[in-house]
Amino acid sequence: MEFAELIKTPRVDNVVLHRPFYPAVEGTLCLTGHHLILSSRQDNTEELWLLHSNIDAIDKRFVGSLGTIIIKCKDFRIIQLDIPGMEECLNIASSIEALSTLDSITLMYPFFYRPMFEVIEDGWHSFLPEQEFKLYSSATSQWRLSYVNKEFAVCPTYPPIVIVPESIDDETLRKVATFRHGGRFPVLSYYHQKSKRVIMRSGQPLTGTNGRRCKEDEKLINATLRAGSRGYIIDTRSLNVAQQARAKGGGFEQEAHYPQWRRIHKSIERYHILQESLIKLVEACNDQTHNMDRWLSKLEASNWLTHIKEILTAACLVAQCIDREEASVLIHGTEGTDSTLQVTSLAQIILEPRSRTIRGFEALIEREWLQAGHPFQQRCAQSAYCNTKQKWEAPVFLLFLDCVWQILRQFPCSFEFNENFLIMLFEHAYASQFGTFLGNSESERCKLKLQQKTMSLWSWVNQPSKLSKYTNPLFEANNLVIWPSVAPQSLLLWEGIFLRWNRSSKYLDEAYEEMVNIIEYNKELQAKVNILRRQLAELETEDEMQESP
Amino acid sequence: ALHIRDVENVRLVDRVSPKKAALGTLYLTATHVIFVENSPDTRKETWILHSQISTIEKQATTATGCPLLIRCKNFQIIQLIIPQERDCHDVYISLIRLARPVKYEELYCFSFNPMLDKEEREQGWVLINLSEEYKRMGLPNNYWQLSDVNREYRVCDSYPTELYVPKSATAHIIVGSSKFRSRRRFPVLSYYYKDNHASICRSSQPLSGFSARCLEDEQMLQAIRKANPGSDFVYVVDTRPKLNAMANRAAGKGYENEDNYSNIKFQFIGIENIHVMRNSLQKMLEVCELKSPSMSDFLWGLENSGWLRHIKAIMDAGIFIAKAVSEEGASVLVHCSDGWDRTAQVCSVASLLLDPHYRTLKGFMVLIEKDWISFGHKFNHRYGNLDGDPKEISPVIDQFIECVWQLMEQFPCAFEFNERFLIHIQHHIYSCQFGNFLCNSQKERRELKIQERTYSLWAHLWKNRADYLNPLFRADHSQTQGTLHLPTTPCNFMYKFWSGMYNRFEKGMQPRQSVTDYLMAVKEETQQLEEELEALEERLEKIQKVQLNCTKVKCKQSEPSKHSGFSTSDNSIANTPQDYSGNLKSFPSRSPSQGDEDSALILTQDNLKSSDPDLSANSDQESGVEDLSCRSPSGGEHAPSEDSGKDRDSDEAVFLTA
Repeated sequence: MEFAELIKTPRVDNVVLHRPFYPAVEGTLCLTGHHLILSSRQDNTEELWLLHSNIDAIDKRFVGSLGTIIIKCKDFRIIQLDIPGMEECLNIASSIEALSTLDSITLMYPFFYRPMFEVIEDGWHSFLPEQEFKLYSSATSQWRLSYVNKEFAVCPTYPPIVIVPESIDDETLRKVATFRHGGRFPVLSYYHQKSKRVIMRSGQPLTGTNGRRCKEDEKLINATLRAGSRGYIIDTRSLNVAQQARAKGGGFEQEAHYPQWRRIHKSIERYHILQESLIKLVEACNDQTHNMDRWLSKLEASNWLTHIKEILTAACLVAQCIDREEASVLIHGTEGTDSTLQVTSLAQIILEPRSRTIRGFEALIEREWLQAGHPFQQRCAQSAYCNTKQKWEAPVFLLFLDCVWQILRQFPCSFEFNENFLIMLFEHAYASQFGTFLGNSESERCKLKLQQKTMSLWSWVNQPSKLSKYTNPLFEANNLVIWPSVAPQSLLLWEGIFLRWNRSSKYLDEAYEEMVNIIEYNKELQAKVNILRRQLAELETEDEMQESP
Repeated sequence: ALHIRDVENVRLVDRVSPKKAALGTLYLTATHVIFVENSPDTRKETWILHSQISTIEKQATTATGCPLLIRCKNFQIIQLIIPQERDCHDVYISLIRLARPVKYEELYCFSFNPMLDKEEREQGWVLINLSEEYKRMGLPNNYWQLSDVNREYRVCDSYPTELYVPKSATAHIIVGSSKFRSRRRFPVLSYYYKDNHASICRSSQPLSGFSARCLEDEQMLQAIRKANPGSDFVYVVDTRPKLNAMANRAAGKGYENEDNYSNIKFQFIGIENIHVMRNSLQKMLEVCELKSPSMSDFLWGLENSGWLRHIKAIMDAGIFIAKAVSEEGASVLVHCSDGWDRTAQVCSVASLLLDPHYRTLKGFMVLIEKDWISFGHKFNHRYGNLDGDPKEISPVIDQFIECVWQLMEQFPCAFEFNERFLIHIQHHIYSCQFGNFLCNSQKERRELKIQERTYSLWAHLWKNRADYLNPLFRADHSQTQGTLHLPTTPCNFMYKFWSGMYNRFEKGMQPRQSVTDYLMAVKEETQQLEEELEALEERLEKIQKVQLNCTKVKCKQSEPSKHSGFSTSDNSIANTPQDYSGNLKSFPSRSPSQGDEDSALILTQDNLKSSDPDLSANSDQESGVEDLSCRSPSGGEHAPSEDSGKDRDSDEAVFLTA
């Protein structure tokens, strides 16, 4: 195996592990190709199993011959290993460094992971586009499935099957693709049954400096409007940024060519600005000094909550267009793979009750993130601790999850899933034994043969035994549109993610447990009462029968 | 009660979307400002007690009229537009006068009549009984005794008559010590920790100046130490910043010199004075009032106000004392300058951490009654009930109430009461609807015959206790046992902005579904199910007995035939299960989003008129979104008597006699 040469010292005894909120544990440290394992070899003591791919950065230092490795994880946890012997320590450190930064995707753990559970439902087939489309096709005949991208030839970041207006043929789609960034022609993202309006998404139009136009593009998006009605184009960049994009061949829709559409610019940050925001936020959360003021200014300076507010505001605007204005919306930024997806998916959370259920939310992630070509591999390559900053790393998906958490907090009874579900998705997006979040697009995932070679996260999480942990006990189906508040007073730091390793959650966990107990007990009684009622009814009927003759 | 005047065609501006305003009539009565909307289907009423009015601001007249801004002490903000400048001026002048009564008799509690008879009123006043409370602590005992030294308030007029002091403290020592303490507030017992005999005592600062000593005062501290056989020293905690305490020495006051008092450990814990706190709250409220602030505006403003830093300082002091008492077994003497503001805050926070009783509904009332009301916290001055020196006003008890909320956030199962309870207590500290918080001392309250002339808030809250329960509280839960243990290194991020208090009238900013209300409804249903289950079991047993007596065999034989359609043959059975399902329908709706209108806080199409936001301008759009989200259906307030909502009976009486 290739890993053997990377592991110079596979095993060290008498290593001491320090973790937040746990007493130090002494044990044997083992390195495997994919895991760092620390075992005290005593019963009852939990072992530490850490995926190398979860390691974001390591620091090492020495006091005499005692070495210390500080491991900073992508899920923001920091653990410390005290390793006797300088050579062992150096060997371990260099192995971890090498194993946590493997170049080849096919060396990643999902390709080696063998599930210990029986797969009841293969998650790779849980959310097929054809099935998802059926939900719409019963309500409208205005849309069709197109296989124009079957070989990923028209758009490398789109899935093979997309939903487009019924009246637009594949030939037109091919032409439109040449006019949109990355070939991302406008496709259906969401159909709102109540108002019969749609959310579409795309890449930016390639108007360039001389205002190029594309009749087919105009025809395509106009085909989604009813006669006389108007739509909105939400550009997720500021007007300034959008104008600058023209110099690089990009641009935005000119009013003159799209007279039925009104364009609105909402500025959502991208790339390194988000990454830096995350780094600053995590740094602030890890700062244990006791000065209240510094905490608030650091929180402010990270701008994290500002980004949350911007994204949520844009999503609310889209939802408002659809539900209140009864107007269709086209959303794009530059590529249409980041802020665009944040906005389309959050608008659906607001508008669509189904997306607030567990399966519906999984379908949403499958459709609006994985199939829609959010480059998970690039964006989630590193997290808040990494020093080697790459342009393409950005916590776009984490921001989305945070926004969902904000809405969940404001509507605690309207979601079928709980906070743990969101945390779990965050963890798996950054390091996982499953293949779901590998690769940057459907075409990459196809080439990697993930369906054949790896297990889907959904296969694991949708087991009834797993789901119970992620189910919100307060859930009551709520068929309404839910409008979150985006006032600063309403947006909070997501403690479950960012303070997870900095404060004990004991009392909060107890409260959650108490809540579950209250509801479980109620259900239990309900069931008992129902049984007794039935029994009684039967007995009384019999009584009646016995007495009546 | 008088109906002073009314003004028609007044507009009540929606704070969130100023373009929308409700047209209606403004009434001024002797006790309330009332705005009644013209809209025939709602006729929504907004009631503001004069005593809640903090400031009134007349703004520049515009084409639409003359704006009047009323800020309330319960953090409500009302913006009215009055068509005629002259009317506006009249209302302004009237309100200035009405909001600043000069005599106690003008306050609402003297006209408020909840239709209770004399006996009920008297019972209300004895609901919270401090003698009982000292008994509960385990007093008197071998170390502590009830002293009558302050009968008829002879020694200290801001202390109560009932005081516990160390057994070895003679009247001579007490009187001597009192002469060496600001306003004669000598050291007395605030809380006694049964488990290890340690105690929390409180006093004012000593009149030590640069070098003065007082033998009796030194003996008094000795006596406190001796009353705790488990420890050979006493902590003396001065809750002021060191600089402030040192400055006091120049005025002949100051702090204890460790050299003069044997076996004390002296400690400063810097909590700022009432003026700093007043300004801090002012700054924070300005932030809360900002119209569509950015995240940075808000966080910067919050930080610059320093409010959460002050909350943390009070908590830190409380934690220090609780730890000293429970972990070191040492007694603590707490003081600040006069010993009625910071001292009250810190003693009550420490007691709350130490004793689970104070985390119950009744126990919390007892705690406020003891450490605040009885020990002479100057409610009248601090909360401006009567017109007085604005520099005396400060949100001292507001800070304590917030500390409790911060603890509730960290220990969600530890408190029997919920957030609403705290909010309603805050409201009534300012409302003057009940007599509890009137005046500055017990002496003044007795002279005014408060108990004969007004009603007690505690009885009112107790009567409505179902509204104030925390569903997660269970008497046998680990969080409800013993001391609350906060981490030894409390982090900054533990203290959060309390939007449920300071932005509570902006309903749209609050979570739109209440977990508390949901769980309370579930628990209520559970209780009904338990009762039904019992009844069903009883009946089942009866029937089975009868059948058993008849024919066992027959019974068994008949079993397989149960679905054979016989059931339809006879429906004359007296008691069918349908009756229970009928009962079930009357169960409380568990859904927070459906059911009773009060909690239908989700916006449905029905309660939203079609909006026409201008989509061209981005900024407008942004407020448009908030606008939609913030508009909750009218009357979404559970608050009995907190809002204008309930207690209508009594209020209406005032209104109608006009």
